[in-house]
Amino acid sequence: MGGSSPCASCKLLRRRCAKDCIFAPYFPSDDPHKFAIVHRVFGASNVSKMLQELPVQQRADAVSSLVYEANARERDPVYGCVGAISYLENQVSQLQMQLAVAQTEMLCIRMQQESALPMPMPTQIQQDDKSFLAATNNLDNISQYLNFASSSSSNVIQDPSALKRESLWT
Amino acid sequence: MNPGRCAACRYLRRRCPPDCIFSPYFPPNNPQRFVSIHRIYGASNVAKLLQQLPSHLRTQAVDSLYLEAQYRIEDPVYGCVGLISLLQQQIHDLERQLAMTQAEIAFRARHPQAVESSLLNNVGNPSFSNQASSWFM
Repeated sequence: MGGSSPCASCKLLRRRCAKDCIFAPYFPSDDPHKFAIVHRVFGASNVSKMLQELPVQQRADAVSSLVYEANARERDPVYGCVGAISYLENQVSQLQMQLAVAQTEMLCIRMQQESALPMPMPTQIQQDDKSFLAATNNLDNISQYLNFASSSSSNVIQDPSALKRESLWT
Repeated sequence: MNPGRCAACRYLRRRCPPDCIFSPYFPPNNPQRFVSIHRIYGASNVAKLLQQLPSHLRTQAVDSLYLEAQYRIEDPVYGCVGLISLLQQQIHDLERQLAMTQAEIAFRARHPQAVESSLLNNVGNPSFSNQASSWFM
């Protein structure tokens, strides 16, 4: 006679851990904190319902994401994961603008360097090389980048106070 | 039936007291908001969370809970964590592109003669474009 120990969920809920306990595969008894935090934020019955609605092969990932969200909400009870999303979207916007500026700068350097070259004879020009000498194409590219760099991204959540939250990602 | 009940008390089919913790954030004209939040978090968990927060932060908390609940309803496996993963990948890709572009700028700024002479020597060489792009990988 020797039964396996109850899972962390059944220990916390003080109930018998059945053989087909829906929590047991994902909340082992050696990590009680994992279930405790998910229970605090979502509630055991909500988690059980969510897992029951998913195919078995997706439940481990669902539990991982629930634990992640619960941790984020514990750390930041006001904004939770939404604060992190705001911060990351802001980072994406900034990087897109920096990239646009850098690509514009590179085009300018290329134009300067290529305009210093002597023009080759028409027979020497291969199709692939024509792009290096097409100044008008480069001007179109530059204006495209400048327009992009000056426009604001539409990705950022329109909640300025969210940007003041301490980042979870630094 | 009390027409002045908030959406939460209507859904829970109970009397809405004057000091109901839900009523400032769940007006009766938007029942779906409470339904989504209750489905994912449960009314008692939400009430406990709001009670622990100062009143001037509760609106933002309910807004973020609603957003996260919507993400979870749309994606029951990953919820909003799926979007976080996507954004982190996007940031990684952008940082890599930015580093490559800045490296190319630095190279061209320091070696204009090398770029110029290579262009002159390789005009007409079909393999040149591959060679040039490899400088910046």
